[in-house]
Amino acid sequence: MESVVDAILDHVDRESRVAVVRLEIGELAGVDIAALRFCFDVCTQATAIAGAELDIVRIDARARCRACHAEHHVGSLATACPCGSYDRELIAGTELRLKELEVI
Amino acid sequence: MCRICGCGDDYSHAHSHAHSNSHAHTHDHAREHVHVRRVAIELDLLAKNDRLAGDVRERLARNRIAAVNLIGAPGAGKTTLLEHTIRALSGVAVNVIEGDQATDNDARRIAATGCDVVQVNTGAGCHLDATMIDRALRELAPRPDSLLFVENVGNLVCPALFDLGERAKVVVMSVTEGEDKPLKYPHIFQAASALVLTKADLLPHLEVDLERIIENARRINASLDVFPVAATRGHGLTEWCGWLRDQLTKAQ
Repeated sequence: MESVVDAILDHVDRESRVAVVRLEIGELAGVDIAALRFCFDVCTQATAIAGAELDIVRIDARARCRACHAEHHVGSLATACPCGSYDRELIAGTELRLKELEVI
Repeated sequence: MCRICGCGDDYSHAHSHAHSNSHAHTHDHAREHVHVRRVAIELDLLAKNDRLAGDVRERLARNRIAAVNLIGAPGAGKTTLLEHTIRALSGVAVNVIEGDQATDNDARRIAATGCDVVQVNTGAGCHLDATMIDRALRELAPRPDSLLFVENVGNLVCPALFDLGERAKVVVMSVTEGEDKPLKYPHIFQAASALVLTKADLLPHLEVDLERIIENARRINASLDVFPVAATRGHGLTEWCGWLRDQLTKAQ
């Protein structure tokens, strides 16, 4: 979370206040959203981000099956392809990205 | 929060009515309106770590050093595996970075095998990151054409997310941890190249099916190489050390 705060502060000048912080977080990024929100509030205190809304955009996890080559949704890392194979490559869902800010 | 004009309750916005109902936003408040600017960033939050890990990876590659990041729960047997692995890898130059929250107990055990070791204490930290490896490497100065082990902080969760610049992540899991651990802690099994199943000599005393552990691990990562070992008895070390020598060959 400190890296989020540092990255944001790199993008705002002293006169600005951040109203919204928008993060993209993949379904399988390994991030506990409740813990993230708690840390956000703690880490942003007394900074230009204090009081900002944390808007989290979830990204569905998708994999490409190496057996049948189809793409499918993976709700967990133990989800098999509908064809039954567990041999797949994750193509989305592990994002942990600071997308944008709304600044006033 | 007013989603239409984008202004927040907490900011210096002049209209004072409560914004609880979905009234149409037709009133003119242009005079007091604070304009919202969108700043696109598109930054990977682990970018700082990943950049440094990339530097470490490049430096290691230049010196033909194969780094293996050992990750497992506290008590999985990582240090014991390392002690016996180092002794079994005769003729291979080995260096070790030991990560723990506190103490240099593990570094002392590793130093007793005769190889160079640096202890990193993370304090409250639950994983090693690339900055710590970068710093430790400057102190350790491993010689070219060697194998570098990084023993991560005992934790099956957080170390999965942090690239240290290693060639391979290896999960070290003891058979006593149970058959469903790969399903319960899938991220590290997904990120790893190999799985070492330690304390395999205890299997006759446990209601644990080795094949079931392997099957569960391969549900998470179908290409995982698996090595059941009993380090204190020397069982399975030949195959495991063969895989490690392959990593060194690939780095050269």
